[in-house]
Amino acid sequence: MGKPKVAICWLGSCGGCDETIVDINEVLLRVAGAVDIVLWPVAMDFKYDSVKRMKNGEIAVSVVSGHVRNSEQEEIAKLLRKKSQLILAFGACACFGGTPGLANLTTKTDILNWVYRDAPTVVNPDGNYPQAAFRVNGEELTLPEFYGRVFPLNAIIDVDYYLPGCPPPPYLVMYALSGMLENKLPARGSTLAPHRALCDSCKRNKSKPDRISIREIKRIHEVEADPDVCFLAQGIICLGPATRDGCGESCMNINIPCRGCFGPVEGVEDSGAKFISTVASILDAESDEEVVRIVSQMIDPVGYLYRFLLPASILQKKG
Amino acid sequence: MSKRITINPLTRLEGHGKIEVFLDDKGDVRDVYWQVVELRGFERFCIGRPVEELPRIMPNICGVCPTPHNMASVKALDDLYGVEPTPAAKLIRQLHYNAFLVEDHLLHFYILSSPDFVVGPTADPAERNIVGVVQKVGLEIGGKMIDVRRRCRAIVRHIASKPAHPEGGLPGGVSMGISEDDRRWMRETADLCVQFCQFSLQLFRQVVLDNKEYLNLVLNDAYKLDTYYMGQVDENNRLNFYEGKIRIVGPKGEEYALFDCHDYVDYIGEWVEPWTYIRLTHLKKIGWKGLNEDETTSLYRVGPLARLNVADGMLTPLAQKEFETMFAVLGSKPAHHTLAYHWARLIEALQAAEHMQRIANDPLLTSKDIRNMDLRLGKVGIGCVEAARGTLIHHYEADVDGRATKVNLIVATQHNAAPICLSVKKAAREFIKGPQVREGFLNMVEMAFRAYDPCLGCATHALPGQMPLIVNIRDSEGSLLRTIQRS
Repeated sequence: MGKPKVAICWLGSCGGCDETIVDINEVLLRVAGAVDIVLWPVAMDFKYDSVKRMKNGEIAVSVVSGHVRNSEQEEIAKLLRKKSQLILAFGACACFGGTPGLANLTTKTDILNWVYRDAPTVVNPDGNYPQAAFRVNGEELTLPEFYGRVFPLNAIIDVDYYLPGCPPPPYLVMYALSGMLENKLPARGSTLAPHRALCDSCKRNKSKPDRISIREIKRIHEVEADPDVCFLAQGIICLGPATRDGCGESCMNINIPCRGCFGPVEGVEDSGAKFISTVASILDAESDEEVVRIVSQMIDPVGYLYRFLLPASILQKKG
Repeated sequence: MSKRITINPLTRLEGHGKIEVFLDDKGDVRDVYWQVVELRGFERFCIGRPVEELPRIMPNICGVCPTPHNMASVKALDDLYGVEPTPAAKLIRQLHYNAFLVEDHLLHFYILSSPDFVVGPTADPAERNIVGVVQKVGLEIGGKMIDVRRRCRAIVRHIASKPAHPEGGLPGGVSMGISEDDRRWMRETADLCVQFCQFSLQLFRQVVLDNKEYLNLVLNDAYKLDTYYMGQVDENNRLNFYEGKIRIVGPKGEEYALFDCHDYVDYIGEWVEPWTYIRLTHLKKIGWKGLNEDETTSLYRVGPLARLNVADGMLTPLAQKEFETMFAVLGSKPAHHTLAYHWARLIEALQAAEHMQRIANDPLLTSKDIRNMDLRLGKVGIGCVEAARGTLIHHYEADVDGRATKVNLIVATQHNAAPICLSVKKAAREFIKGPQVREGFLNMVEMAFRAYDPCLGCATHALPGQMPLIVNIRDSEGSLLRTIQRS
């Protein structure tokens, strides 16, 4: 029996997920010896055609990062699904859409008009826009079609496992890879990260008063945040209560509040909605006017609460 | 009937890319297009976000080069709030920045470009990758490289959270200071980086410069492009990654412009073509002259070689010596040889390492004074840094509540997009002669863009691969001059 085949592929992704795979350093070389990597665009030169020639199910695991926003990404996602026994949605973009999913707050036309017409540096006397098919000097050149919205991976194909994070931390990458290769995995559909909320492991948790109550919402650049005290208790928006644990508190460690890259805790469908109920429970307000005053200090609720999650949220998109 | 060859996927920049090559009846190259096939629209979906959140969102533009986006964004906020970071904050930011550059530049030298040179283009194909490099230079060196990368990323993590997605940085400062305990391991790391960069340059000299065949490849006209160059310099015209003015020199080395980043709109234009999602930057005052390198060209290049071409010297003494050696060997300044990007990249890594060392020894580094809170929100903020791959500009405008109302970004690979198209075409025309060559030209063509953008170049070499690849280099009659084989 040959070594299990593994594909590592990015769709609409920044490459940070691939970097985090490289971050497992020497271990990676061991993994590379134990498996047969058949596609990894960031690191190796296999082309998509080589995957097309494979039998269905020939790939044991495809690790897929990035969201889907164009026709080529959709096609590759479907190709990998067909050829793979297991699909791991890797990182916040594949799991939920990621920060580029905030583009669902705007429209395709708006993006294209800014990028190719209105930006101050654009020089476009002919009014060109990129075209799905275009003839130049007698040859036809094609581009993938840019879709009207960003999709998480599971809106396009069935996903077997999820590993969230922007990017997922190396220790969870190891856990996921070894689990998949040794066939020691929880039920399909599981998220391969702790089930509890970030607050449960946060070092600042012990500073939290029995009942948090805030009269002001502050922005991180306006205050000198105490590095040992719960952000919410300081009136600073921190998504810890509604966010899955597992990131290693990297942002907390540099005195920067959580923005939710690990997505909802187990059993919660929409962590933005969950967080709103958290906020409602900690407001120290005696009147509706007071509630409005405090809440309106959170000037961009959707950008805080759905930073990484919009395409997978109940809000969906504009237009 | 013409034939078409598609290389897909290439990889990374603001998205994915592919190369389309058109051959004529004889199998010679008629045309080549390097296409960027993706768009994500950061400039639009950042509208409405609180500006202080942008340094946390922008690094998602590129996870390979996230620190420069974080830093350009933070600097744009300094500008928007009319605030100077405290001296300690500036040191911490630059320590973060230089640690990133050392790691990024070295990683790409060893994993990406060195297999072509250290192992060699005609070596056993099974060794043409990082494992082969390690076998050739010794396991100890491979271990050192991994150690340097890990330590540099530990510095980034300590200052700015996740290395692939830094989230630190505030207008006027940084979110966390550095303790004396931290200083000790950071200083150790800086010392190690300087030594390792020096070693890497020595290795480059031995394997490339002392090998006539490789040196000729570097100096081969197929890999040469006469363009303008852009980079950031300090008040003495020395290369500065973090701050300064933007300088442009012409193809003959004359200064074409020296300007503050606030004036970038006057100098940089972005041309739109229907066959690619990337906008092609050019010198706006000259105007778009198409993809050409004759005397009318308005194309310029950025990144390591461009920066050395633009600067009168380096910021640090050891890098300065290497700078002088490089131009003495290449014989002209500016040097137009695209493969010299690899050399320039190592010299830059040495400057970054020396700068880390200087910062790690600065008494101010551990000062607790890391925030200047005197923030006065204005309307416009523009920040510029030299990213690993070239000049990076973030331009924000904001309303009275500090919400972004306008965002314009000029990213490094964009500046190089048009030159990359040209370089790829030139290399393809040089190396594809006759119909026998098909997949084989891949490596030689890929070498043309690998030099610019290690992100793209990562598409090959990192781990043992099995892509069958034969590069046949033929003369114009189709006679085989040389075969390079991987299986």
